[in-house]
Amino acid sequence: MQVNLTGSLRSAVNGEEVVEIKADTIRELLSRLLETYPAMKDHMDTGIAVSIDGEIYRDSPSKKLPAGSEVFLLPRLQGG
Amino acid sequence: MTHDQSFTNQKFKLVGSRVNRPDGVDKVTGRAKYGADAAAPGQLVALFLRSPHAHAKIKKLDTSRAEKLAGVKAVITSADLPDHTNGAQLDVLENCMARDRVLYDGHAVAAVAAIDRETAKKALKLIKVSYEKLPHVTDVDEAMKSDAPLVRENIFTRGVDPKPTKPSNICKVSTFGHGDIEAGFNEADVIIEKSFKTEQTHQGYIEPHACLASVGPDGNGELWVTTQGHYTYRTVCSALLGMDMAKLKVTSSEIGGGFGGKTHVWIEPIALALSRKANRPVKAVMTRDEVFKASGPTCSTSMDIKIGAKKDGTITAGSAHIRYQDGAFRGQWGQLGAMTAFACYDLKNVQSVGYDVLVNRPKVAAYRAPSAPMAAFGVESTVDLVAKAIGMDPVALRIKNAAKEGTRASYGPTYGPIGIGPTLEAAKNHPHMRAKLKKNQGRGMACGFWFNFGGQTCSDINISADGTVNLTLGTVDVGGSRASMSLICAEELGIPYDQVKANIADTSSLGHNDTTEGSRGTFSSGMATIFAAREAIEEMKERAAQTWDIPVEEVEWVEGEARAVGKKNDNLPPLTLKEIAGRAAATGGPIAGHNEVVADGAGVSFASHICDVEVDPETGGTKIIRYTVIQDAGKAINPDYVEGQFQGGAAQGIGWALNEEYIYGDDGRLQNAGFLDYRIPVCSDLPFIDTEILEIPNPNHPYGIRGVGETSIVPPLAAIGNAVSNAAGVRMTHVPMSPPRILKAIEEAAEA
Repeated sequence: MQVNLTGSLRSAVNGEEVVEIKADTIRELLSRLLETYPAMKDHMDTGIAVSIDGEIYRDSPSKKLPAGSEVFLLPRLQGG
Repeated sequence: MTHDQSFTNQKFKLVGSRVNRPDGVDKVTGRAKYGADAAAPGQLVALFLRSPHAHAKIKKLDTSRAEKLAGVKAVITSADLPDHTNGAQLDVLENCMARDRVLYDGHAVAAVAAIDRETAKKALKLIKVSYEKLPHVTDVDEAMKSDAPLVRENIFTRGVDPKPTKPSNICKVSTFGHGDIEAGFNEADVIIEKSFKTEQTHQGYIEPHACLASVGPDGNGELWVTTQGHYTYRTVCSALLGMDMAKLKVTSSEIGGGFGGKTHVWIEPIALALSRKANRPVKAVMTRDEVFKASGPTCSTSMDIKIGAKKDGTITAGSAHIRYQDGAFRGQWGQLGAMTAFACYDLKNVQSVGYDVLVNRPKVAAYRAPSAPMAAFGVESTVDLVAKAIGMDPVALRIKNAAKEGTRASYGPTYGPIGIGPTLEAAKNHPHMRAKLKKNQGRGMACGFWFNFGGQTCSDINISADGTVNLTLGTVDVGGSRASMSLICAEELGIPYDQVKANIADTSSLGHNDTTEGSRGTFSSGMATIFAAREAIEEMKERAAQTWDIPVEEVEWVEGEARAVGKKNDNLPPLTLKEIAGRAAATGGPIAGHNEVVADGAGVSFASHICDVEVDPETGGTKIIRYTVIQDAGKAINPDYVEGQFQGGAAQGIGWALNEEYIYGDDGRLQNAGFLDYRIPVCSDLPFIDTEILEIPNPNHPYGIRGVGETSIVPPLAAIGNAVSNAAGVRMTHVPMSPPRILKAIEEAAEA
């Protein structure tokens, strides 16, 4: 599946905007991303969120990634 | 049990009504207990010694004389704290207590616990610190220059390729956007490019940081504290001090405002460390001076905005270079500004670059929709300039370019159903827009965006034998959530609102709840409360079935009572919640419902504000004449509180736009650390703030709830900026638009 990256996250995947990762859940996605791009570790330590079809998930590793869905990796954000 | 989070368009009897707040009597009679209101036998008073320098090496720190003073029970410096070198929590601990360097005016270097305040003050005077002053920088643009003093020697810029080999004050560069910016600008008939600045402000919560810490020699500890997230405080404090999480019980007091500033720890770990060392309870209460200097204000910023549009109003491209200072510790505030800058618009070509920059100021913390108001000031001011340049009504221009379902957001993903269009349409049609203006008056409007979050949440419902209900929550009630949660609980159970008593549990009584931040309280706790109530209902149906000796499948729950369904059960009269509760001891014991959930899918939020001002051309003073907030709430559980959040955000935004400002001297020291010289708005500064609640259901919440606490502070800087600019006849680009700045702008325009 195509995974879009934004902001400073791109620097961890050789500057790519989109990477191809085979995954059925957010957990698998992050795990395989880290295997392929070890530089993602810094970002994962500070927090990653995953947008699936526009909805942002911060703490749902078991969330399914439906085939054909739009997936974005975003920095984990903080509110006030 | 798994529950469906989807919106169901449920019809309500109680939700949406205006009810008395359960904490109201306590708060108006003084019975409510805030952070400083707790006491313990034998408690000590903690005071902090803070740096008088913006940046200095600590050459020598001698506490021996203080330790020998009669009445002093403990003195703490960084040497007494666990060494978190290279650990994830190092920054947090180093902000609470400086190690080898002080990084800002007010940075703590030592703390004492003594039998009374006078003794503690004497002890502070006996601590000798030898500093070597270092060059400092407090301005974000100055800090980005290659010859700027380095705030930290171990920070290398993230987000750039190749990876830098030299340290820098620029700790992160974050780029967002899509399309072809240059092509977009080439398509434009008009291009407006403008630079803006906003000054640093504080959340201005009236209650200072305060806590009562107690740690015994057995490793058990308690912390009573004013906080937005007592579970987070437990997690962080136990990690910093090497304590077992389960042995540290944190209780959140009533909170006198937080707005993001009470999501981080400041004095609390040190109070616990002092208590552990002294083996006595320790009370720590910040002074207002300390709150300004050493808690977490928001960023000052500098930005360059460029927007191109066709004559018909189509925006062809937008770019933003946004520079935010994070204080002396890494943050994500510039990144957030870049993500939110153009989020209101449907743009084919957009790019925003956020720079997070270190300066010698206090660590920046979240402030209500952190980073979004400043970026909105730049973008929304420029949108108004574009409208003027092409001769189009500014609201019409925004409506034409507003994001909608299917729009690719400027920060990446594609939007689902969103409310920016309806808020703009409501603004266009609002009577406020047609009200006549007098001489020296001007009208401005702006829109704003915020993400909203959900997160880990856990709730309990316990049904008492008399049919009253305890609702136990773990998400701190910052903005009135106990009333909203009681409404939801009563709605689900089918009982009156005043039959529910909501309590905020301490950390030992309920599973982890995330901090009340990101406008998550009603969204997340509401979800957990709905599901916990439904579990309690299932249990009550079981008890009714048992009482009637029929299968539970033949029991339904309607309007607060169990009813046996089917012809063969016609002779069974309904059992009310009260009746079932009264028989609980004989039908299986206590009746409870529980839910733990990760409430994701909070849904983004939008608002549009309209503002009228009058500017005195003689003094540059501005008076807000009229103000209207229009915002999407998804579903307003308690409209009073929703309106209160809208009004509160606007009020804080008005203060930020017109008056509030951290002023640093050339020596890098804060000049106005008090409410006399840092002026937040009071009632007489504000008009009645009118509100209009839109309800566009969030598809990811059973009731359609969206968070409402933060978005209302996003548009004010820009709406007021546009209004003041229209009133004064000169574009204002620097917040706060204080009288001297407005006067200067008017005079410069006249000279030009």
